[in-house]
Amino acid sequence: MEAYFDNSATTKVLDSVKDIVVKTMTEDYGNASAKHRMGMEAENYIKEARSIIAQNLKVQEKEIIFTSGGSESNNMALIGTAQAYRRSGNHIISSNIEHASVYNPLGYLEEQGFEITFLPVDSQGHINLDELKEAIRPDTILVSVMYVNNEVGAVEPVEEISKVIKTKNPDTLFHVDAIQAYGKFQIRPKRQGIALMSVSGHKIHGPKGVGFLYVDQQVKIKPLIYGGGQQRGMRAGTENVPGVAGLGAAVKEIYTNHQEKMDKLYELKDYMTGRLQELEGVYINSRPGRESAPQIVSASFEGVRSEVLLHSLEERGIYVSSGSACSSRHPGVSGTLKGIGVRQDLLDATLRFSFGIFNTREEVDYAVDVLKELLPVLRRYK
Amino acid sequence: MLYQSFLIKYAEIGTKGKNRYLFEDALMKQIRHVLKDVEGKFVVSKETGRIYVDAKGEYDYDEAIEALKRVFGIAWICPVFQTEEKDFGLLKQQVVSYVDKVYPDKHVTFKVDSRRADKKYPVTSEQMNRDLGEAVLEAFPQMKVDVHHPQILLKVEVRNLVNIYSVMIPGPGGMPIGTNGKAMLLLSGGIDSPVAGYMIAKRGVKIDAVYFHAPPYTSERAKQKVVDLAKLVARYSGPIRLHVVNFTDIQLYIYEKCPHEELTIIMRRYMMKIAESIARETECLALITGESIGQVASQTVQSLAATNEVCTMPVFRPVIGFDKQEIVDISEKIGTFETSIQPYEDCCTIFVAKHPVTKPNIKGIHRSEEHLAEKIDQMVKIALDTREMMECQ
Repeated sequence: MEAYFDNSATTKVLDSVKDIVVKTMTEDYGNASAKHRMGMEAENYIKEARSIIAQNLKVQEKEIIFTSGGSESNNMALIGTAQAYRRSGNHIISSNIEHASVYNPLGYLEEQGFEITFLPVDSQGHINLDELKEAIRPDTILVSVMYVNNEVGAVEPVEEISKVIKTKNPDTLFHVDAIQAYGKFQIRPKRQGIALMSVSGHKIHGPKGVGFLYVDQQVKIKPLIYGGGQQRGMRAGTENVPGVAGLGAAVKEIYTNHQEKMDKLYELKDYMTGRLQELEGVYINSRPGRESAPQIVSASFEGVRSEVLLHSLEERGIYVSSGSACSSRHPGVSGTLKGIGVRQDLLDATLRFSFGIFNTREEVDYAVDVLKELLPVLRRYK
Repeated sequence: MLYQSFLIKYAEIGTKGKNRYLFEDALMKQIRHVLKDVEGKFVVSKETGRIYVDAKGEYDYDEAIEALKRVFGIAWICPVFQTEEKDFGLLKQQVVSYVDKVYPDKHVTFKVDSRRADKKYPVTSEQMNRDLGEAVLEAFPQMKVDVHHPQILLKVEVRNLVNIYSVMIPGPGGMPIGTNGKAMLLLSGGIDSPVAGYMIAKRGVKIDAVYFHAPPYTSERAKQKVVDLAKLVARYSGPIRLHVVNFTDIQLYIYEKCPHEELTIIMRRYMMKIAESIARETECLALITGESIGQVASQTVQSLAATNEVCTMPVFRPVIGFDKQEIVDISEKIGTFETSIQPYEDCCTIFVAKHPVTKPNIKGIHRSEEHLAEKIDQMVKIALDTREMMECQ
């Protein structure tokens, strides 16, 4: 049996996605900017995807900029905003638990003379609204907070954050890294007070190498990539028609019977959490049920090194990640786990199980049974 | 392209008497091997104690030089300008134009050194030296002749064609691969062992390698890294057969039965034993390790002696007297450093005791190993039988 529980790293594409990607690569492969019929047909795929996403978010089509994925969206949101609003101020606020694609562009901006405040999180992984209020200044141009944390699945209080920002400094923009949240929650940027929002395709059963940035039409940002003027000059480069079409198809299917799909994910999560608690020396770091995201279960295994456990599971066809796949190659332990107060000796003993729509209860049972068998053996050889 | 040919000069292999042709053939074989991936067509030939690499038509000069620089046994690579022009008057013009192209800065001293392999050529070597020198001086008055220490030694050789050359690019030296038997390299994912393999290969030794894999304690990526390193060394040594031995059970058994501070030493003794068994099976005559005195606890002189005790084959440790930085310098030069420093665990870094023995007592080690008597031979046999083999090139 195989069980792929690393859906927060990436997902398998849906059949509808695969079909449209193949079609736009082999049949309707025109350049969306070409003047002829094939160009127009290709452009229609982009328009269709844009329309699906805009309707889903209840925003305008022109507020969607397609990118090469989550990292580019985050870079564009942060660097593009900082450059455009430099004259209004040079202070940016973010949190301690952001993804590297937020954290590192902020480091770059710090080198460029911006001042960055990183807010800590509480034991639930949430930033403190009073501390946020305290941190916002007249020269704060941007607050960037993730919607769902990629390591433990904590859901940030996005609406409350935006309210705090509005009351303290209405000119401050709010960027949300929604890479782990989109496809799981029904997001309404206008209602929730989000000015910019990053999304990635391959986390929602779409293709890799594509994503988008939502930018409220009143927000003017500087592009990162200059060239042939595609996407109204905001993001040059021949449109990635297969990627964008695939992303559109993924959004369409994921948000069809969405509540049902999410209920199933929550069930899986609760089921796994429950079964993991049968085991000795296992600690769940994710908040139970609807108090955190539906797809992530972070668990610490006392007396076992996460990397060893990960490879042992891999030998049995179970794929998980230690911390988050993107950052686990770097030495040093997770800021999020530390931030929420995970015991020192468990920091390097933590795995993330993340679900997608293809996972089943049987897979969870299989994984827990394998863990039952492996843990005592691995604990013998510390 | 100015150069149509390369004259390959070799140093040591010239001295090997009757076996000389074996060395030359091995060198030519390796030259052909590395040139396979270079853009262009090349013919490698031997002519009166020299090896020529002739390019047939267009080719990538930089790539060709880069490839030849990886062939052990080459002392110098001389790019040769060839002309069919034998009329001496026109030949002079060719020489002048060669000098003009190769040396944009004319403030240099030179000397012409001519040779006639074709003794029917109407001008003697002496005369050629004088006349060609004069022609160059006339064309470029800034240049000066220096017969004792010229900055440019301009060689003009009249053979079937006329060869003109003056540039000498240093090769790696050493001896051609395959002229000195075969040895088994203990390849880890670190910096030292690929360098050790490179250094022994440089002496003409063909290399096979063994890697000890310990899943789940070491990852597939750690193994892939070792395969990548073997491929990088193979750019110099020619194809390497890599034996991947699953070492987990042995390691855990030692961990269970022996004092933890002796774990690394005992583990390394079994690695040597297994490597030696594979070496015998594959007609290797020696082992190679990347050990360097004192670098870690298992590489003190006492530890090395304890590890060495299990082998009867010679163990080559070419970096034994090198400082870490010296090893790093070589690994950067040969292009293995970047791969070596990728952060994956290898099986020597897991289960490391807080205070491993640095002065192991051989008798004590023997006593500890007695605890393994029940199962270890069977485990070693299984490890040998289940090893995975792959060709890295």
